[in-house]
Amino acid sequence: MRHYAPNSRRRAVALRDVAKAAAMARGNRRFSPWVESTPIETAKLELLEGFLNRSELADCTDYALQWLAEYGGVQQSLCLARREGETTLTTVGSYGFRQASLSNFAVSVEDWRNPLVQILANRRHTFFPAVSSSTPERRRRPSTPFQSTAFHVLPLRTGSDEGVGLLVWGGTRRVTPEIEWFGLSLAMKLAQMLRRLALSEGDRKQEYERSLLRAIVNAVTDPILLTDPEGRLLIANARARTLFVASEEESEGRRGAVAMNNMLLSSALSSKAIEETGAMRRELLLVNPVDGSDLLFELLSTVTEDARYGTGIVSILRNVGDLRRATEQIEENYRKMRLAEMQARAERDRLNLIIDSVADPIIVTDASGSTSLMNDPAERLFATRGGAAPTEQRRVQANDAHFSSFISGMLLSDDQRRVGEVNLTDPANGEAMPFEAIAGKMLTEQGELTAVVSILHDRREALERATLYEQLKQASDELERKVHAATADIAQQNELLRRQAFELEQASALKSQFLANMSHEFRTPLNAILGYTSMLQQGVAGPIDAPIKRHLARVASNGQHLLSIINEILDISRIEAGRMPLQLSKFKVPDLVGEVIAELDSIIRRSKLEIVTDVPKDLRIIHSDRQKVKQILLNLLSNAIKFTPQGSVTIAARAQRGPKCVSISVTDTGIGIASEDHQRIFEDFKQLDNSPTRAYGGTGLGLSICRRLADIIGGEITVRSQPGKGSTFTLTLSHNR
Amino acid sequence: MKKKTRNPIVLLVDDYPDAREMYAEYLEFSGYEIVQAGNGVEAIERAIDSHPDVILMDLSLPVMDGWEATRRLKADDRTKHIPVLAVTGHALTGVSNDAKAAGCDGFITKPCLPEDLVGEIKKALARVESADTKNRRSGHAKVKA
Repeated sequence: MRHYAPNSRRRAVALRDVAKAAAMARGNRRFSPWVESTPIETAKLELLEGFLNRSELADCTDYALQWLAEYGGVQQSLCLARREGETTLTTVGSYGFRQASLSNFAVSVEDWRNPLVQILANRRHTFFPAVSSSTPERRRRPSTPFQSTAFHVLPLRTGSDEGVGLLVWGGTRRVTPEIEWFGLSLAMKLAQMLRRLALSEGDRKQEYERSLLRAIVNAVTDPILLTDPEGRLLIANARARTLFVASEEESEGRRGAVAMNNMLLSSALSSKAIEETGAMRRELLLVNPVDGSDLLFELLSTVTEDARYGTGIVSILRNVGDLRRATEQIEENYRKMRLAEMQARAERDRLNLIIDSVADPIIVTDASGSTSLMNDPAERLFATRGGAAPTEQRRVQANDAHFSSFISGMLLSDDQRRVGEVNLTDPANGEAMPFEAIAGKMLTEQGELTAVVSILHDRREALERATLYEQLKQASDELERKVHAATADIAQQNELLRRQAFELEQASALKSQFLANMSHEFRTPLNAILGYTSMLQQGVAGPIDAPIKRHLARVASNGQHLLSIINEILDISRIEAGRMPLQLSKFKVPDLVGEVIAELDSIIRRSKLEIVTDVPKDLRIIHSDRQKVKQILLNLLSNAIKFTPQGSVTIAARAQRGPKCVSISVTDTGIGIASEDHQRIFEDFKQLDNSPTRAYGGTGLGLSICRRLADIIGGEITVRSQPGKGSTFTLTLSHNR
Repeated sequence: MKKKTRNPIVLLVDDYPDAREMYAEYLEFSGYEIVQAGNGVEAIERAIDSHPDVILMDLSLPVMDGWEATRRLKADDRTKHIPVLAVTGHALTGVSNDAKAAGCDGFITKPCLPEDLVGEIKKALARVESADTKNRRSGHAKVKA
């Protein structure tokens, strides 16, 4: 609260009064009874100066009475004064008395029979002469510290108003003008001091009340204002000042906002409603000078009439924006709370369900180590059922002890998590239940421990699994060992096979070598036999007779037969030893047929058969083993000639329907082969006539070799024949890639 | 055409006397002069000192085999012009290839009738003659130039 009427002015006026009195004492003779006496004048001045320097009532009065003793010769005196608001005259100063005799001297102004009270009322100087204790005068004497001695009583008055007190002094001397002046001066001073005293006391009280009021008003968070009817601010509390008062130092924006608020307020207060009803209630939108935001207030204004200060308007602003927001906020919060509560409940229910559905025991322990939550599996371990057998209870207690020691270890340590083994017993049947306990601390955001959550995991299954695993591992190891053994076996057999293959290869090589050697060794003597026979036939050693010539011919032909047998055996051996590899080339069938016929020219000429070739010149070039095809054709053609006594042999070549296929057939008009013998003729050493005296030469290996060669080149030999109607041997070649 | 002033000389190399002598008898009968050798080393000696027109070389020989002997003859300036015909009881394909690789000009498989052998010799000599004629002609051409 702010004071708009400073108190100090009144004090200044009072000082001025005293100074004026002093000046009067010095210069204005009208108030001075001792004009001629200079020492008295000086004494008077001294008194007045003494008064100027003193403001305490007792001090001032004592001084005055001392002055009276000094300059007026009064040996005993006292001064009574009535303080404002009091009903007694009390001693405010004295001279010449012992302090103790005065301490309780006071006169009630309501005691009208007391002469002192009457003197104060009638304002007249009164002298009480000395009396003896027996005189009836006593009754009209007031009781004073003067007892029975003579004393004067002078009412102390400053003008027309009521006296401020009494001056009482002892002695019988007449009242001089000096004493009267003294009384007046003292009265003035006394009145001044009493007034000041009264004022200052009132002021203090008022000031206290005002500060209390100020504190109360300031404590109100709503802005409270007192304005004059024009809307000018007279009093404002702290909250209101933030809205309506801005000092020069504050920012322009804030001052602008404050000016705006003042304008809005005065326009609101100047409305007619307030003039008519003396009160008003309306909404007022103001600007928050701090941040420029809008503030919605409810303005409650009441007109106050004051005789001294005139009409004012008291306004209280209530922040309805805040209220509305707060209401909404509260509703919203309530709704959220309800929702959260519902969610929490549902969550808790779900959590309970989950926790109970977990097969592993779960225990929640609070920070002191006592259990606050258990799921069903945990209860089976740690909670006794009603009517449980003593052994069962003991087991539960033992379980509890085991788990408690685990938890206390956890609580004592700084570990956030702990994994340990807890060996419990099934309370129902006493079966050992080894558990793996996993405990985790639950901390608040401030890191305060709220709970320990422990999950026990039955290790029996794990142990069982470990056993199973061990067995499995053993089985697997066994299997592995067996596989190793088998593998080693296989490797050994492989090695054996490899060695055998190597040996076979060596044997094969030896066989080949043997064949080669045998061939060589056969040929060498045969060479001599045939050579000499030929020489004899030619008559190198002289002419020979016809019978010997015939015998030599037999030797030569048998030698030749032996040679062909050797050659064919050699061929078969080479084929079987794989020493006739496929050697592919491109060649023309007509050329090949020509070559074959040329090679057999001598036999053909001897046979006198007609050889017909039916080979188209434009027959496709084929890709095959030329040497082997040639050998086959030589064989087939020589066979045909051999087994055809008369007629013809036809060699025909045809492109087959299949792609890149050519068939070459040799058809004769010879003796033919019975159909049941068509397969036998391809077997080794099979000539249909096996008798020693058979009509046709040959080893019986020719067709066998042909078929083998055809196999090598991927071809095929077929026969069509009937006894007596000739034969057709056909070689079908596929075009080798 | 060069006139024959003497019969062609045939060097017969074979370790098997029956065969060697048989061929020798027949070749002499057929009008050839015969020089004989029983192994590779002798064959080289005879080839150097007898100046044969053709050499019939058996391959399986003691001391030095026919392949090695042929290689040496073909490596020697004095003998490399002489045609060498391998005459062997080895009938396998590989053998004839080896013989050609060693430098043989022809390959005859035993048994070979004496008259057939004469045919082969004639062919070989004819090849040499035609080659000689060619060489001479080209030689004349060079002289003229």
